Amino acid sequence: MTIKVYIPRDSSALSMGAEKVAAAIASEAKKRGVDIQIVRNGSRGLYWLETMVEVATEKGRVAYGPVKVKDVASLFDADFLNANDVYVKPHSLSLGLTEEIAWLKKQQRLTFARVGITDPISLTDYLSYDGYKGLKNALQLSAADIVKTVTDSGLRGRGGAAFPTGIKWKTVLGCESTQKYIVCNADEGDSGTFSDRMIMENDPFVLIEGMTIAGIAVGATQGYIYLRSEYPHALVALNAAIASATEAGYLGDNVLASGIAFHLEVRRAAGAYVCGEETSLLESLEGKRGVVRFKPPLPAIEGLFGKPTVVNNVISLATVPIILDKGAQYYAYYGMGRSRGTLPIQLAGNLKHGGLVELAFGITLRELLYDYGGGSATGKPIRAVQVGGPLGAFLPESQFDTALDYEEFTKIWAVLGHGGIVAFDDTVDMAKMARYAFEFCAIESCGKCTPCRIGSTRGVEVIDKIIAGKDTVKNIKLVRDLSDTMLNGSLCALGGMTPYPVLSAMNHFPEDFGISES
Amino acid sequence: MQALQTQIDALIVKHQNMPGALLPLLHAIQDNIGYVPESSYTYIAKALSLSVAEVHGVVSFYHHFRTHKPGSHILQICRAESCQSMGSEALEAHAKKCLNVDYHQTTADDAITLLPVYCLGNCALSPAVMLDDEVYGRVSAADLDSLIAEAKA
Repeated sequence: MTIKVYIPRDSSALSMGAEKVAAAIASEAKKRGVDIQIVRNGSRGLYWLETMVEVATEKGRVAYGPVKVKDVASLFDADFLNANDVYVKPHSLSLGLTEEIAWLKKQQRLTFARVGITDPISLTDYLSYDGYKGLKNALQLSAADIVKTVTDSGLRGRGGAAFPTGIKWKTVLGCESTQKYIVCNADEGDSGTFSDRMIMENDPFVLIEGMTIAGIAVGATQGYIYLRSEYPHALVALNAAIASATEAGYLGDNVLASGIAFHLEVRRAAGAYVCGEETSLLESLEGKRGVVRFKPPLPAIEGLFGKPTVVNNVISLATVPIILDKGAQYYAYYGMGRSRGTLPIQLAGNLKHGGLVELAFGITLRELLYDYGGGSATGKPIRAVQVGGPLGAFLPESQFDTALDYEEFTKIWAVLGHGGIVAFDDTVDMAKMARYAFEFCAIESCGKCTPCRIGSTRGVEVIDKIIAGKDTVKNIKLVRDLSDTMLNGSLCALGGMTPYPVLSAMNHFPEDFGISES
Repeated sequence: MQALQTQIDALIVKHQNMPGALLPLLHAIQDNIGYVPESSYTYIAKALSLSVAEVHGVVSFYHHFRTHKPGSHILQICRAESCQSMGSEALEAHAKKCLNVDYHQTTADDAITLLPVYCLGNCALSPAVMLDDEVYGRVSAADLDSLIAEAKA
């Protein structure tokens, strides 16, 4: 009997040698005359266990990890393929049944329901795990009812701005135009985030389905995925999935014989962080420098090539299929306050157990850092965490009990952003982190507005003086003044939010700036 | 030079009718040739009804595009926060020292061009580097040495 062995193709798994492990398992099986079929699945997101190899058994999949090439022979010696007996002869890398691993079992995976389970580019796999049920339901509804379902689910933009997705769609639906567009913002540039990448590499069809539903809902016939150039594996997976979806009639001139057209194309970004800002992204898609536009007009009214355009993040769009499949109430049941549903949280930086945790809003930072993250990777105390990417605030230990909720974070002058959490141990120098925030802004500024273009460079210079201990009190006041100008005078979030990491570092860790209190 | 021109012309013909053609065209040129030669700006500008200044403006705006031939391999080291929290600064210093180059420079034997990058999406396995199109996670100085040695072999 052929035994199915799952070895991830996700780029983080590949970064830990998954390709070599797959080759070693294939050749060892051949050598020993064992009949196996290797499936290159997505990653379950337990990244510290990559390369995580799973074997199909009657009881479910059994996992081993982290597997290195040098472990392969011993796995065969322990008869790991005959995993029904795994409890009899456990290997030191045996993790038991995958679904029973507590880290995974406690999660509430809605958007990530299939991630790690299926072969990402197999349409058959996608369909056998509830794929395209949302689209089929959407085709039975009026455009207004699709939009209403998304609005009622409470889904808010997962890119960081948290604007209600349904409201955005409603604006585009209400615009009269011969051409409208759906643009997926896949320029995931925030440090500490990788959930978009995981969706695109490990379940690309769910994004395609979400964009198709969005197209039908607002009357757009063309979609673009603006994908960052740092994600070559996502590009391959998306293009392969788009080709099979088109061939099977899920994309094209006549989506599932409904008479509705929806075409989809991936466009590669070119390494500019600012192009994650929606208007700059649109400029880039039009073939221009990614310079931020003034708003109004809103992209929903005058977006790509001047036409009404929905611009949504990958996770927002990839969450639409389950909402249309299971209903608005099903999704809205999860969460707290005005933050409905689940958030795919990314545990990153100095943590023992980094990876993807999808949970309903409401879990605290502390639970994530210790119960899931397992504390710091270096074993030292966690001194600070940055939530929400390079424009997010640094939080000290005293704020670790904050619940993950958009409004709770606003109350402590922080942001949830795209759900990335980067932990730092007690060796971090917060004055250096503040300097880096200004430096990053200077490198990535589009140059259109003065507070961001000039302010970021002046910020680096002033922080350098503080680090050198020159006129500390005076220069701290200057940084606060400059931050005020950037906060209130910048055109977009790049200049407008750089003060978040800078001021939070100063307020919570004044000792690193040579002052006793903020 | 003539061969290069023919190659660029073919790419221009293939891309010029796409909406928003400039970025896809620049990507195609860089994918095929390794960089975007400044000598191609005139042809690109003419085909897309742009000024040479506009083409130059776009090429120079984006970190990804380069106008000179890089080394045989491109090594990118992540400088973003998550990698910093796991010691990427020491890794950067190590790379610069053993390659004897700074960022945006190519080793004397033309083997490796060193570039900074701001996030590779491998933040649960920091520090991360990318060699050509492959990402590597939890990279130690010794790991980097063997990657460099493999690339140079």
